[in-house]
Amino acid sequence: MNEHGTEAPDGTSTEAVRLDQGHIEGTGGIPERFTNPGLPAHIHRSADVDEKAARKAEKQVATLFTLSIIGTLVFIVAYFAIDHETKVFLPGIGLANLQNVVLGVSLAVSLFMIGAGAVHWAKTLMPDEEVVEERHALRSQDEDRTGAVDTILGGGDQAQLGRRPLIKYTLGGALGLFAVPLVLQVAGGLGPLPGDALSTTFWRKGMKLMRDPEGTPIKATDVTIGSVFHVMPEGIDKSEHVLEEKGKAAVLLMRLDPDDITVAKERDWGHDGIVAYSKICTHVGCPVGLYEQQTHHLLCPCHQSTFDVTQDCKVIFGPAGRPLPQLKITVDNEGYLVADSPFREAVGPSFWERG
Amino acid sequence: MNALAARRRHPAAIVILLLLGLVAMGGLYAALAPKPAQAATATADDVAEGKKLFLANCATCHGLHAEGSKAGPTLVGVGAAAVDFQVGTGRMPLAGPAVQAKRNSDVKFTDQQISQLAAYVASLAPGPAVPDAADSSGTNGDVAKGAELFRVNCAMCHNFAGSGGALTRGKFAPSLRNVEGKHIYEAMLTGPQSMPVFNDTNLSPTDKNNIISYLHEVDKADNPGGLSLGNLGPVSEGLFVWIFGIGILIACAVWLGSKAA
Repeated sequence: MNEHGTEAPDGTSTEAVRLDQGHIEGTGGIPERFTNPGLPAHIHRSADVDEKAARKAEKQVATLFTLSIIGTLVFIVAYFAIDHETKVFLPGIGLANLQNVVLGVSLAVSLFMIGAGAVHWAKTLMPDEEVVEERHALRSQDEDRTGAVDTILGGGDQAQLGRRPLIKYTLGGALGLFAVPLVLQVAGGLGPLPGDALSTTFWRKGMKLMRDPEGTPIKATDVTIGSVFHVMPEGIDKSEHVLEEKGKAAVLLMRLDPDDITVAKERDWGHDGIVAYSKICTHVGCPVGLYEQQTHHLLCPCHQSTFDVTQDCKVIFGPAGRPLPQLKITVDNEGYLVADSPFREAVGPSFWERG
Repeated sequence: MNALAARRRHPAAIVILLLLGLVAMGGLYAALAPKPAQAATATADDVAEGKKLFLANCATCHGLHAEGSKAGPTLVGVGAAAVDFQVGTGRMPLAGPAVQAKRNSDVKFTDQQISQLAAYVASLAPGPAVPDAADSSGTNGDVAKGAELFRVNCAMCHNFAGSGGALTRGKFAPSLRNVEGKHIYEAMLTGPQSMPVFNDTNLSPTDKNNIISYLHEVDKADNPGGLSLGNLGPVSEGLFVWIFGIGILIACAVWLGSKAA
């Protein structure tokens, strides 16, 4: 198939045309076979054609690199000259630390302008001719192929592997078993089995309820209607894994009017309207601290599970699957609130063995 | 000698002299003695004025004797602190029906009127009082301890820097930017609207002062790290990166791919 379109004298053609042939009107039919139209005409850049444009591009590249140099110099000066405590008011940001801002901006300029200069240089001055390289055939020569097969098979015969099955079997055993120490270390490195750590918390009968950061015990008379206390058990700071224990033992203490409580068990496990619930959400474990006093709802901020404290923290909205576990509390002979029993169920999100 | 001098040895003379002495001493004392510092103790006049203001502005929703109605809860027992907070921050009188009363810079009453209203409501039943300036000024508080208390008790609703947060069904915990220390104290003490009550046995006056110090420190907007973006955490930071960061990256990619002139 010849690749040059046959041009009729009036500029029409029955063949496919190339893109650099200019405007040729076709007859409207589809040719037998589409020929390769070739690459579009090369568009020359002004720097290729015009020496003045090339010098302008050179100046632009030089400017970008010079800006980078200036940025670096500003960085060096600012590092030593600006006191690290000075503040400056920047519109839109407010009070900012002057040295941080200057160091950051100058380093950004210094790095960015190197790249910008290099890119501009490549775009304007470096060659941009389109190059096409044909792919060579992938299939090797026939004699090379048979030669390779013969070498491999011959090598196998010479190693005597076929004649000596004992070597074959012990090799297989050695290589296979070698994988075991690697797998063992990966599986063993997963840590100790949790045992019953997921089902139990630090709370024991008789432990005082303590205010969370202060660590002071709470008297029942301190808790008035509408109050919320964030509670940790007594002695948790001395436990072996403090953070793990705190992550399970967090409790929220609230006081409601006993007449508002609709579930008898909630009233019994509380003390005169004071109720204690686990703070760990039964969905994914965020602390459920948002107590809405008027509606008696507890909201978890992560996925908005909402628990109704008057209905034993039943889930009234959101993805949590189970109500919050209640901690049975009572008052000791000095008037301090103490736990009357550990949590009767596992706190926090569901897990497979949660019985 | 005149008539007075002639009677100087009269038996009544000593009584009269004593009376004169007492009156003089009493008068001098009353005029010159230093007045003891009183936190605005409400007088009966304040209560009466407060009642008049109450009937004119609050009774439609809160009842003629503050007993409450369908439109507003009872104010018996809420104390002067609640009135000072609600009226002082412009939340009351309520601007219109809403899920929640919002803070309003247009406070409808003068300070004196607010204290009169507070005196009236306080006279109805005992309740939390307006705090001492020493505990609610936020000066000399321990900012670090205040921040720890804030993070445990307040940050879940109000955000770690007090920028505010959402609650259910359109309610919200408001931003704590630029709130007077007294109002912060009163809000903790009285537990307005959805906020729980943090009475003085839960967070002591020193604790409350520490929290106020922390909030006032954040108000200084000292941002050595640059734009705080409202202290909203990953949401605002993510928005910034998506718009400006990725925008710049796309602009650079377009520039890299375009042909030179």
